[in-house]
Amino acid sequence: MSKNKHEFVEKHVGWLAVFAIVAISIGGLVEITPLLFQRQVNEPVQNLTPYTPLQLEGRDIYIREGCVGCHSQMIRPLRHETERYGHYSVAGESVWEFPFLWGSKRTGPDLARVGERYSDEWHYVHLMDPRAVVPESNMPGFPWLAERELTGELTERKMRAFQRLGVPYTDEDIEGAGSEVAGKTEMEALIAYLQTLGTALK
Amino acid sequence: MSSFWSGWIIVLTLGTLIALMILLRWNMKNYTDVEEGESMGHSFDGIEELNNPLPKWWTILFWACFVWGFLYLAFYPGLGNFQGLLGWKSSNQHVLSLEESREATERAREQGLNVQYDREIRRAEDEFGPIFQQYAQLSIEEIAHNEDALRVGQRLFLQNCSQCHGSDARGSVGFPNLTDGVFSWGGEPEQIYTTIMDGRQAQMPAFLEQFGEQGITEVATYVLSLSGRTVDRDLARAGEQRFVVCAACHGQDGKGNTAMGAPNLTDSVWLYGGSQRAVEETLRYGRNGVMPQWESILGEDKVKILSGYIYSLNQPSE
Repeated sequence: MSKNKHEFVEKHVGWLAVFAIVAISIGGLVEITPLLFQRQVNEPVQNLTPYTPLQLEGRDIYIREGCVGCHSQMIRPLRHETERYGHYSVAGESVWEFPFLWGSKRTGPDLARVGERYSDEWHYVHLMDPRAVVPESNMPGFPWLAERELTGELTERKMRAFQRLGVPYTDEDIEGAGSEVAGKTEMEALIAYLQTLGTALK
Repeated sequence: MSSFWSGWIIVLTLGTLIALMILLRWNMKNYTDVEEGESMGHSFDGIEELNNPLPKWWTILFWACFVWGFLYLAFYPGLGNFQGLLGWKSSNQHVLSLEESREATERAREQGLNVQYDREIRRAEDEFGPIFQQYAQLSIEEIAHNEDALRVGQRLFLQNCSQCHGSDARGSVGFPNLTDGVFSWGGEPEQIYTTIMDGRQAQMPAFLEQFGEQGITEVATYVLSLSGRTVDRDLARAGEQRFVVCAACHGQDGKGNTAMGAPNLTDSVWLYGGSQRAVEETLRYGRNGVMPQWESILGEDKVKILSGYIYSLNQPSE
């Protein structure tokens, strides 16, 4: 072997891959692994409650319609944000979020504390046609949500998945959750979800 | 953080930095047999690799990054439980309730801790607090005639209220126009203030079961006649008989009751539309009008300035 030692990794692509993986995983080992065991990311804020079946379905509609592409759910500890949205988001609010919907794009306003800020009626009108209440808005309308009904077919399985991930659903909570939401419109579910956002930090 | 994880972070972070420094140092030495600038002895498509050293500017930048990294880790929290020489913190992320958040802020203030967000808020309070207090001492009527206060009020309105009431405060179907002098919950300064502070919940019950379809049409017709509209008299007369039920909230004369948020039915302002069809729908299914509370979000001073702004919108211009 020549004295040129890095020739070894340059000519053995398998070893190059191994070293590359070791190098890039150090960041994750330092920044991610310890977090999994920290109190602050595992302990819920005092008033946090798991989503009701309807809210849970609403959350899935929020994901399906891509709301997260334009709305963040993360109020940063900066005065110009907290003046507008309320108390900055804390880790304990997201411990039962799988996956979290913090987002990173703000075409529309942050929604981390939109819960209880507007009436249900406002959300209905606004989701049907945002310009009916905010003429300057460029948000699309979502009128089909009011027509489509939930079947509740997968609700119980979804809840069971969350239960396995550590959300404190009891078996009684899950029992009959599907029939509880069946027949409700997607609009109702989405509004129910939106009205919970950020309300646990009291 | 447990000392295990703290140690884990410290060892890995410093270990990586030091390992990189060694790697860099090692690569700066010419340990091949080839002279600097000479060919490494292979070529591809006529392109040769020469044994050139790392570029100077690049190496200097690399070393500067190490210096910056170590200084950062010395001054800011990055090494496990070590808080850094500045004691700097972005915010109180560990809080589990607003109560705890307030306590943490107070504790930080008492102990003079370096919490960036708290400092930012304190600076703003010192700067803007006196301005708000100065206006909050005025009465709502006085605010309504104070140009500077109104400018503040308008900004607060655009940020917090325009989503429902519109940026021109003229509202839309279901969300009251705030410029027409008509207020379901009362337009006196104190009433406006209470409405914003505590919020309001208006409830118009559904009457389909009680009145039936025919009854709904009759009552709607009578209601429309109250504001002087031309209507079918027979229907209106029949509706008047049933209106007794409505009078409980809207009054015998239909002029409404601000204590319950029951709108005046004799004027030409219709929150949910004034067509026969819209009024029938209101009667049939009922309505729920919700004004959220703003006390916890804006606080007394700002709500007072807002009240002055809303009040001013309903005063004849001078």
